[in-house]
Amino acid sequence: MTLLEIQDLHVGVDSREIIRGLDLMVNAGEVHAIMGPNGSGKSTLSHVIAGKPGYEVTGGQILFRGEDLLEMEPNERAAKGVFLAFQYPVEIPGVTTMNFLRTALNAQRKARGRGELSTPEFLKKVREVAGSLNITRDMLKRGVNVGFSGGEKKRNEVLQMALFEPSLCILDEIDSGLDIDALRIVASGINGLRSPERTMIVITHYQRLLHYIVPDYVHVMSKGRVVKSGGKELALELEACGYAQFETAA
Amino acid sequence: MVAVQETVEHVRRIDVDQYRYGFETLIESDKAPKGLSEDTVRFISAKKNEPAWMLEWRLEAYRRWLTMTEPTWARVDYRKIDYQDIYYYAAPKPKKTLSSIDEIDPEILKTYEKLGIPLREVAILEGVEPPPGGEQAPNRKIAVDAVFDSVSVATTFQKELKAAGVIFMPISEAIREHPELVQKYLGTVVPTSDNYFATLNSAVFSDGSFVYVPPGVRCPMELSTYFRINERNTGQFERTLIIADKGSYVSYLEGCTAPQRDENQLHAAVVELVTLDDAEIKYSTVQNWYPGNSEGKGGIYNFVTKRGDCRGKNSKISWTQVETGSAITWKYPSCILRGDNSSGEFYSIAISNGFQQVDSGTKMIHLGKNTSSRIISKGIAAGKSQNTYRGLVSAHRKATGARNYTACDSLLIGDKCGAHTVPYVEAKNSSATFEHEATTSKISEDVLFYCLQRGLSEQQAIGLVVNGFAKDVLQKLPMEFAAEAQKLISISLEGSVG
Ligand SMILES: Nc1ncnc2c1ncn2[C@@H]1O[C@H](COP(=O)(O)OP(=O)(O)O)[C@@H](O)[C@H]1O
Ligand SMILES: [Mg+2]
Repeated sequence: MTLLEIQDLHVGVDSREIIRGLDLMVNAGEVHAIMGPNGSGKSTLSHVIAGKPGYEVTGGQILFRGEDLLEMEPNERAAKGVFLAFQYPVEIPGVTTMNFLRTALNAQRKARGRGELSTPEFLKKVREVAGSLNITRDMLKRGVNVGFSGGEKKRNEVLQMALFEPSLCILDEIDSGLDIDALRIVASGINGLRSPERTMIVITHYQRLLHYIVPDYVHVMSKGRVVKSGGKELALELEACGYAQFETAA
Repeated sequence: MVAVQETVEHVRRIDVDQYRYGFETLIESDKAPKGLSEDTVRFISAKKNEPAWMLEWRLEAYRRWLTMTEPTWARVDYRKIDYQDIYYYAAPKPKKTLSSIDEIDPEILKTYEKLGIPLREVAILEGVEPPPGGEQAPNRKIAVDAVFDSVSVATTFQKELKAAGVIFMPISEAIREHPELVQKYLGTVVPTSDNYFATLNSAVFSDGSFVYVPPGVRCPMELSTYFRINERNTGQFERTLIIADKGSYVSYLEGCTAPQRDENQLHAAVVELVTLDDAEIKYSTVQNWYPGNSEGKGGIYNFVTKRGDCRGKNSKISWTQVETGSAITWKYPSCILRGDNSSGEFYSIAISNGFQQVDSGTKMIHLGKNTSSRIISKGIAAGKSQNTYRGLVSAHRKATGARNYTACDSLLIGDKCGAHTVPYVEAKNSSATFEHEATTSKISEDVLFYCLQRGLSEQQAIGLVVNGFAKDVLQKLPMEFAAEAQKLISISLEGSVG
């Protein structure tokens, strides 16, 4: 079943076109990697799927389970199951991570017509996942991402991904700023969430991550377009030859 | 006509923004004739069966007031107040002496119930966690004095307080029953001539609370007063006087609401606190007067003088306020640090939305040796509102070793509002250490989007971020107020974006 269908998408910022006719089809349960050099528009694509304001969609469409995603508010998209792990997660001072998680989880459950979790149920769930990601209780008591290291921020993103049970996960450079141990923890957390009901789009600049999260498909992005698609071996080819060959193609 | 009226009511209901306390209680009331004159002052004094000295005190204030002019230095802009177009006294009818809560007009009781105020002698908050390791905590109790328009309708827990030696009663009763205490302290912190609104209050104040905590007594429960303006065209001029005698402690909470009215209503209160040697007063306010509708119509004009005098050595006064309501707020809860080693604190959250104008802050006047003060102010401006922090920190020539720390943070929501910080510092003493920090920030698009991506609505996101921003101050509130204040913050910011 097609979960996400992007057709001839054009997106501009300040009247400069950044996504320039992008197509992408993703089926339920698949893992797709999007690779591309810096500035090729990967983050922009992820923001537009999630509904960040400030981008002008000048053409094309994005369908999510056949519904027009671009018509929905960002929180509606989240409730429908779209989750974005940010390349640069923000800090929210004074709001404890625990409080944030609970407020967000309950908001999503409510939107999906489910009741709120009781405090013990919630705590049990959070502690379970947090433990597997090496997230300490102290971190959960701190302000959201406040004083977190780069790796801690990324683990906090994966923690949320596990809690909210999304059907589409977009991971924007989840590997950036991680040392090898942190990368293993994050990747194993993500792999644990792979399931036939869950689709992942893994955005990365480097092949390294794809050793740990092995994708079904790889797409190469350059200058706002998908310029080549293939199986997981495409990533290896990229590692060997670099992006230069595609720069001209775009 | 009936249909038209209904439509108007209906529209008003839609239009009423999110003010939860905007209902009106239909009770008969007993009013003074409209307008202000010596006769009005005499009328009020007579209604209260006041002794001659009190009437004299009022009349002196009234005559003084006639010679004064309304101050214009605050950053607030409002239509001129017609002081002859206000009722200065309104009491619910029938007026008779009440001996128990059961004699209170059930309509009034219902009002307070709607406001969530425990007028019945119930121990609230049974869900409070026992202290770690301790046995079941004694049920926390709050004694309440409820002031409805101009009179105090009920003061709860009188007996228990009496056993502890604490006097907590309407000030009108204290004037009759404890004249020596009232005469000794009334007007000694805020003199009748202090400022235009305080002088007006001195002439026409109708009721308010009086607290006296005897030496060495830790008040066994939180004391609380709820003020409610119900009548149309009525001003509320309450007067509160709290004295903590040597080595005593009291925590006092004040809450305020008013119905929605198209016309502006005046609230000019005076609060005086006195702490003697080693005593402490903690005074918390959640002010939620009607702020006016989304077009800036109606709302309370809140001109309040609150001042504490740390008269004794090692004494302490702490003000915590959450200001969400009122069309105009003009309010500077202050501390005079007279006793050596005394300390003053001011923790404030001031939220403005719609067309609200807030000019609020504090004064810390260091007179004694080794006095210290701390100011944490969080201003949040949304909609088309203006939010000003105005603060004075001064050290007298003799106040050696005075210390102050001030942190003023402003948060802007949207781009049609304004936040301003006006600090005044006067150190007449080279040993003073005054630190001042100020920040202004906006709720960033990135933070909002992050929250929305996690499924929060924009309102929820703003509520969360603002509560986080104001956390340092929220933590200073007594527990039962903190939860209420958090909700209030979210509600008062509804409609602040988009
Ligand atoms: N908000 C913005 N304003 C202006 N230019 C932007 C904005 N966001 C992205 N861009 C530009 O769009 C291009 C693509 O950026 P981005 O999507 O972050 O690429 P990637 O994630 O692939 O590195 C870059 O040239 C970047 O400078
Ligand atoms: Mg990027």
